[in-house]
Amino acid sequence: MGEAFHNLTPIYIQLVERINRQIVRQDLKPGDKLPSVREMAIQVGINPNTVQRTYRELELMGIVETRRGQGTFVTENKQVLEKLREMMKESRIESFVREMSEMGYSAEEMMEGLNRYLRRKKGGDKE
Amino acid sequence: MIQFHHVSKRYLTHLAVDDLSFSLPQGKVVGIVGENGSGKSTTLKLMAGLIKPTRGTVTIAGQPVDRRICRMVSYLSELDAYYPFFTVGETIDFYKSQFADFDAEKAEAILKFMDLKREVKVKHLSKGNRGRVKIVCTLARNVPVILMDEPLSGLDPMVRESIVKGLISFVDLEKQTVVITTHEIKEVEHVLDTVLLLKGGRLIGIEDVENIRSAQQLGIVEWMKQRYERVEE
Repeated sequence: MGEAFHNLTPIYIQLVERINRQIVRQDLKPGDKLPSVREMAIQVGINPNTVQRTYRELELMGIVETRRGQGTFVTENKQVLEKLREMMKESRIESFVREMSEMGYSAEEMMEGLNRYLRRKKGGDKE
Repeated sequence: MIQFHHVSKRYLTHLAVDDLSFSLPQGKVVGIVGENGSGKSTTLKLMAGLIKPTRGTVTIAGQPVDRRICRMVSYLSELDAYYPFFTVGETIDFYKSQFADFDAEKAEAILKFMDLKREVKVKHLSKGNRGRVKIVCTLARNVPVILMDEPLSGLDPMVRESIVKGLISFVDLEKQTVVITTHEIKEVEHVLDTVLLLKGGRLIGIEDVENIRSAQQLGIVEWMKQRYERVEE
């Protein structure tokens, strides 16, 4: 049934985020067709009404388009997709910074730590 | 779609269901949850027209419920209600002969999905496969209301998963409403739109599942415990 859902957020929002990640990762490309509501419901093991709500939400965000009689497609609007990429980045950074601040790290420490980590990782990848 | 108006059901001296009033909308999957003896099965039987309320009225789509409501309602019993000497195929054919709305093509599709063979006798089936046959017969009818009494109880996780998936695949929520009683909440949690919580025959909570998650950040099980504790205080 794929990844499990948790109880902290409504499932339709978790599914919105999951699909957004697939789009940012380019697993779903601009113009790609999403599974039908029923197919998606069966794939992830949730209620078709919830999938319906997910698609409606994505449509409101402009991320997908429903073409009557054809199905739901990822938008080909570059601006929207670029904005989505930015938004996902912002939200990850936000939660990282919040967790670090809660533990008492300063902005300098975060920057320095992040830089050092990335340098080390880059070096490690080369070997 | 389904309405209870001050419904009570008394078995001799025991009050199984006590003054229930609620209304369930069309096109939803509703779970009736609660401890053993809380009145779940009685509530479902009242919807199916299998028992009459001692007091109050039950209506489905505006019609008062009596035995004839079975034209609109497909009911899955928690008991084994099939002839053991029939084969799976004969059971399905028998069902088809009893209900005009029985969709033989759909039955074959569900049979295939559940990986069942027509030739096998019902008495030679495992408990899990008997559970699957019941699902085939219940879901193959094109009726507005589907009621399932404990469709998952006593079955292994694989059978439970195939039943839940079968439910998602073969129910048409644009035309059908589903009510399930269950203890296996974790299994059906992601499939339910609404839960209705009973305790001692009384309604102590009715809520949209997504609401429970967003407003209270709880799963159904935690929500249920919280409600139960609140009632006990």
